[in-house]
Amino acid sequence: MKSLFWKEINAFFGSLLGYLVLALFLVALGLIVWVFPESSVLSYGFADLEVLFSYTPYVFTFLIPALSMRILAEERKTGTWELLRTSPLSILQIVLAKYLALLTLVFVAILPTLIYYFSIVQLGDPIGNLDQAGFFGSWIGLIMIGAVFAAVGIFSSALTSQQVLAFVLGVFLCFVLYFGFSAAADLQAGNFAYWLEEFSLSYHYISLSRGVIDSRDIFFLVGMIWLFLGGTIIVLRSK
Amino acid sequence: MSLEVSQLTKIYSSQKVLDGVSFSVTPGRILGFLGPNGAGKSTTMKIICGYLAPDGGAVSILGKNALTAPKQVSPLIGYLPEHNPLYVDMYVREFLEFSGGIYGLSGNKLRQRVLEMLQKTGLEPEQHKKISQLSKGYRQRVGLARALIHDPKVIILDEPTTGLDPNQLVEIRALIKEVATHKTLILSTHIMQEVEAICDDVVIINKGKILVADSLENLKSSASEIQLILETEEELDLQWFTQFDSTKFGTKGKSEVIISAPNAGEARKEIMQLIQQRKLNLISLNQSKKNLEQIFREITR
Repeated sequence: MKSLFWKEINAFFGSLLGYLVLALFLVALGLIVWVFPESSVLSYGFADLEVLFSYTPYVFTFLIPALSMRILAEERKTGTWELLRTSPLSILQIVLAKYLALLTLVFVAILPTLIYYFSIVQLGDPIGNLDQAGFFGSWIGLIMIGAVFAAVGIFSSALTSQQVLAFVLGVFLCFVLYFGFSAAADLQAGNFAYWLEEFSLSYHYISLSRGVIDSRDIFFLVGMIWLFLGGTIIVLRSK
Repeated sequence: MSLEVSQLTKIYSSQKVLDGVSFSVTPGRILGFLGPNGAGKSTTMKIICGYLAPDGGAVSILGKNALTAPKQVSPLIGYLPEHNPLYVDMYVREFLEFSGGIYGLSGNKLRQRVLEMLQKTGLEPEQHKKISQLSKGYRQRVGLARALIHDPKVIILDEPTTGLDPNQLVEIRALIKEVATHKTLILSTHIMQEVEAICDDVVIINKGKILVADSLENLKSSASEIQLILETEEELDLQWFTQFDSTKFGTKGKSEVIISAPNAGEARKEIMQLIQQRKLNLISLNQSKKNLEQIFREITR
């Protein structure tokens, strides 16, 4: 399992594409947070990174399916899936190794945003004037959202042997889960809207970003991860 | 028996791909699994390796049930799938280290096994190349090295020599023969010469059914009927040959006769006598042995 994990990490950092995707992600975030006047923290005037956390899920919707699209689809396309399946690794181990590798990549992608935190801490007046709990709540929420999207990405990569299709499917599923349910809830009224809202990732994400780590939110997000990883295993078993 | 397959059945959308396939392999012998394309060779091998689940039947490897305990059985098997799938973006050495790691090797033992495999397969000079840069023959060696990295007891090779040039063919065959010592090896092919070159036992399968399962020697001797082809300037009358001991005869042209005889020496004598008696002008007398290729074609037609 360990060697499969490292193989995935190496496959990512062994190709130019990996660095390109990471660089693109960070450049896009950097531009949104610091340069574009409409969203820039500098022109906003408050020591607050709200903008980072509200835009990153949008970027994630594209970034994570791009990272994950090849992870199972390619194995199936090139036939190397047969090598893995006839090895002593079980499907659960294969999926977990690949998922953990993906999670590591997502984490590596988010890690540089800590620099933004220190910058804002320094820019605050007085220095350090920042909603710490809000920041770290959001940051943990962001990692959780990344983890859910990664599970969704693996699931869509398991569904098809076409990488492009896996990407499109991944983007679509992430979009529906994050924005779709909230948008649908806005169209409804009463109890039903409330229930729909509960299924929305953004609802739980926003709840975390208030700085309170609510176990219900964590349970929901972890549940989503297991749901999609379980789905992946079921799909792979049936093929 | 190190490998025993009994009554395997596999159905793909109402078509029976395998229909009660049973055979067994003894350790130390190379079994040639022979059949035309689409006969069910790959399907059988995939089932043995645990990649496909059969609709019926059993597979036992070194006494273990391969269908219910795949985790215990898979380390015993070294499998080279058809078309030899590889991670072409990896380096040869990196790939072998990764494959060894999957089978639970690590540290010194892994390094030693990788080195051993590189030497055995002649890949040492290529170990720092990317697999995508290698020729087909060398990729086949990488595939073989991967299949053998964990020192399996049973080796299963699905068409290991297709698409190789004649030199590579000889090299890979020699390699297969070498690695097969003290192991059980099954190899599928649709090339008869391959079976004659390296196998001890033969199983012939067609349309999902086993037609022949025997040793190569038995199969060859059962087919040792010799054909004599006689050609003369004069027209030949089939009546003349009725006095022969030979079992069968037939005409090819007006002045050509094919005689199948269990005892070629006797038949030749009789032919010479006939030529003298009738004062025929002999053009040629050819002798041909029915080879495995013909047997294969007859059986699987």
